[in-house]
Amino acid sequence: MLKPDPSKPLDGAYVGQPVPRENARRLSQGRGRYVDDIAFRNLAHVAFVRSPHAHARILSIDTDAARALPGVVDVVTGEDLKGLCAPWVGVLAHFPGLKSAEQYPLAVEVARWHGEPVVAVVGESRALAEDGADLVEVAWEELPAVVDAQAALAGDAPAIHPELGDNRAFRLEVGQGDTASAFAEAAVIAEEEFRFGRHTGLTLEPRSIVADFDPSLRQMTVHHSTQTPFQMQDVLARHFGLEEGNVRVIAPDVGGSFGLKLHVYGEEMAACALSIRLGRPVKFIADRLEAFQTDIHARDHRVKARMALSQNGEILAMEVDDLTGIGPYSVYPRTSAVEGNQAIRLMGGPYRMPNYRGELNIVFQNKTPMCQYRAVGHPIACAVTEGLLDKGARALKLDPLAVRQRNVVTADMYPHTSPTGYVFERLSHEECIASLASLMDYERLRREQAEARQRGVYRGIGLATFIEITNPGPAFYGVGGARISAQDGCVMKMEPSGDIRVMVSVTEQGQGTETIMAQVAATHLGVPLDRVSVYTGDTQTSPYGGATWASRGAGIGGPAVMKTALALKANLLETAAVILQAEAEDLDIRGGAVVNRGDGTQRMKLAELGRIAYFRPDTLPSDFHPEMTAARHYVPQGYPFAFTNGIQASHLEVDVETGLVRLLDHWVVEDCGKVINPLLVEEQIRGGVVQGLGGALFEECLYSPEGQLLCGTMADYLTPMAGEMPDIHMAHVETPTLTSPLGAKGVGEAGTAAAPAAVMNAINDALAPFSAEVTQMPFTPERILTALGKV
Amino acid sequence: MKAAPFDYVRVSSLDELGELAAAYGDDAQVIAGGQSLVPAMAMRMARPKLLLDLCDLPGLADIRLTPEGLEIGAMVRYFELAASPLVAAHAPLVSAAVPLIAHEAIRSRGTLGGNLAHADPASEMPAVMLALGAVITIAGSNGARRIPAAEFFIGTYETALRPGEIITAITLPAAPVGRRGAIDEVVRRSGDYAAVGAAFAIDLEGETVAGARLAFFAVCERAVLAEKAAAALCGQRLGHVDPAPVLDALAEEITPVADLHNRAETKRHLMKVLAGRLLQRLLSGEKSTHG
Repeated sequence: MLKPDPSKPLDGAYVGQPVPRENARRLSQGRGRYVDDIAFRNLAHVAFVRSPHAHARILSIDTDAARALPGVVDVVTGEDLKGLCAPWVGVLAHFPGLKSAEQYPLAVEVARWHGEPVVAVVGESRALAEDGADLVEVAWEELPAVVDAQAALAGDAPAIHPELGDNRAFRLEVGQGDTASAFAEAAVIAEEEFRFGRHTGLTLEPRSIVADFDPSLRQMTVHHSTQTPFQMQDVLARHFGLEEGNVRVIAPDVGGSFGLKLHVYGEEMAACALSIRLGRPVKFIADRLEAFQTDIHARDHRVKARMALSQNGEILAMEVDDLTGIGPYSVYPRTSAVEGNQAIRLMGGPYRMPNYRGELNIVFQNKTPMCQYRAVGHPIACAVTEGLLDKGARALKLDPLAVRQRNVVTADMYPHTSPTGYVFERLSHEECIASLASLMDYERLRREQAEARQRGVYRGIGLATFIEITNPGPAFYGVGGARISAQDGCVMKMEPSGDIRVMVSVTEQGQGTETIMAQVAATHLGVPLDRVSVYTGDTQTSPYGGATWASRGAGIGGPAVMKTALALKANLLETAAVILQAEAEDLDIRGGAVVNRGDGTQRMKLAELGRIAYFRPDTLPSDFHPEMTAARHYVPQGYPFAFTNGIQASHLEVDVETGLVRLLDHWVVEDCGKVINPLLVEEQIRGGVVQGLGGALFEECLYSPEGQLLCGTMADYLTPMAGEMPDIHMAHVETPTLTSPLGAKGVGEAGTAAAPAAVMNAINDALAPFSAEVTQMPFTPERILTALGKV
Repeated sequence: MKAAPFDYVRVSSLDELGELAAAYGDDAQVIAGGQSLVPAMAMRMARPKLLLDLCDLPGLADIRLTPEGLEIGAMVRYFELAASPLVAAHAPLVSAAVPLIAHEAIRSRGTLGGNLAHADPASEMPAVMLALGAVITIAGSNGARRIPAAEFFIGTYETALRPGEIITAITLPAAPVGRRGAIDEVVRRSGDYAAVGAAFAIDLEGETVAGARLAFFAVCERAVLAEKAAAALCGQRLGHVDPAPVLDALAEEITPVADLHNRAETKRHLMKVLAGRLLQRLLSGEKSTHG
């Protein structure tokens, strides 16, 4: 664990220091203030009657008994809410051909997944609302369900949305070069079918909202556990016909998000519609079963892929066919095309691969909607690329580390464009691989592995090189027509006390955004860190911006804060120069005081500056107006994304009789550019790795052939827990992006991107003596035993 | 996830329990530690109208030695089992089983009697009771009766308890000198429901297996004794055990049932692997730590 070194006082250069997360003490002592903790007068609670079927027509709904129950306030169906909320369709113009159907808060006529909300019951308490929901009678006509993604494209498959024709939501081909010739010339062709199970985000705090509509002013105030307050402000204004300025979205403490708290969900929209209908605040807090049924699911890919390699292990080409099932709708407003799009474009990304063809097919199915979750598309591309590379290396009898060294894009090649059009400013694959080899003592591990095999102990070492998309620019959503800001803003003021208040549009969900922003502000203003407070998450008080997703908080919010801090500093020095009758360029701010730039002699404390500026401006020249506030915005420019890179390694042991996998160690060497806070970077990596390990070994949303979700509790849906996690060792390479003054890129998803691939390769390395391979995640004991031919 | 409305009574005597149970019939539900019942109620899969809490009933929370053996009150909680020197001395297999049960929070409230009455087929304690030849004391309005664990577990969540009856105590007969016991399970994460589990109690006379009770859990609809496998083990000698006939008999007499994560075939394989490993651990010749 990184801790501030007491022997090295933080003399103002907070950027780069392992400053502890400021809110950790408050949150860990139970002083968090989440949506569910906030008291409202006259609060009503909503519970939902949900579809028990994967696909069924609603014949009739009888709400009389529910309405008659004392304590039930209102009971509404999809038809009842249609007039209150304009429907939404999850398509964007930069995915041409992407189709989806209109959605309303509650199912209208047909329910299309098990758990889809159908009737909303409002009660004076959540328990009473559930009592009412128990009394609602829905008559159903079951329809044939499309469950398996492959079956969705069959000619005789029932169309989930007949008006859209078939179940194909989107098709995309990308590529460059001549793959056919490359495969014809290959010394070895590694070919495999990979499967990635559905899993989900499982935030500690479930999805939560209190919608409070004031009919007298037509104002909607929403306390919402969201990553994206401004995106939701826009959505609510447009779909409920409200003035944007009359919608206020407040994200209080948010207990984890991982990408699942930026989508539009029927329950939240229903709560808003009900608040409008009732003129009362309406609360919805998803319980864990509802979270499993309706939080977006992730992954669900079947990838057929092959890689052509030369005799010396050079990657000549890849061909990839990705089929992914997204549930019955493309999710609004970001669409469910992003994961597949990134999966087929990230294939082979770290390598000098001249020829590539990728085909993506996205299909509808009667399962919970699938959409962006931490590391969108990355684990798919990484596992396919790294799995094929290891398979090819095995066939060529090449060492996995050496074959990666041979193929990565080298330092002399930047800027470099991938065959799918991604542009890399400057990455550090060679240094990361070298650092990893020494960090994990690769040669020693290989020797120990060989010795263990003699004793019948099967250990595996798996490597996975990765790239990560961070700091997305307007090309990500804005060009497609989504009103999702690509820029972020900051307002910063100095108060009379000399304290600094920072309002910034990026948001905090537990990862430490606010601490990062405070470090940047304190460093560039020259004030002690504890004099800086950061405020986020309220559309009424924050500057407008994109908020926190796609690993953009530090890389885009950070420069916004830095620019603002420098602007405020200039303002403060201008005032100080007037007071001190000095030249502003001869002064500086250090340690919370104005000092001589040259010798550091203190001239006045900022509190004194504040006192004069705010209370005694009469002592200043008559035409001088002290500026105590600054505002700046930052737009990522130069490249569509700031790519990061790194490499992970997994060391594990497979019990070849039971199929159980024991994780022994995990290593990550990553390069997220300028590291603002190594402690928080390592927290992000560790958390990300653990979520990746969950996808690789444990987590799977299991469905029956009829489309019934079979895991509705955490006893059935296995999450990674501390007891099974290995030590995660880390090292950092820093290649700052030159496109931003801060040099920081993102780090939120790197851990999740490559951990599954590293585990897969390690398992297959362990199983190599048996010529057994697994390629279907999660790697359950049963799948490993099946690969070994034992069951 | 809020329970349907229900009433709650802490009964203070068996008579009161009997009266309320009779009055409410199927709408009454006894609650002990509540670690299975309360989640089921929260999800409205269980909807009792009346909960009868046993925690104030006198005499159900004791652990003591009796002439019949070690007597454990039905309301003794897992953490108390784990901490009990009497249990460690006289039923070390029980002590060894406790850490396998769920997690600390659940072990601090869950009770042995509640667990046995719930009869979850994936639960550890029913199999431990089978392996140790436990006798279960049951009380109801018609008085008390005692039945062997082997006759108590009938099916999934199904026991020999009649309406209005509760378990009051579990008696573990004194183990013969030469008893060796072990429990283990195949789990992906610590505390999970097992893919398969086994609890063995093997009695040696000298170096010969004189008796064996091989209990399995999480394999089929209830905890079950593999009697043919045990017979195939009897007479074998310490340090020279041939597991093949034992495992063959096992596969023949127990037909595993698939669960959410494992096909029946997988469970059959894992059952044999686990049984083989326990035999190796208990009978390979080294001194056993579990008596």
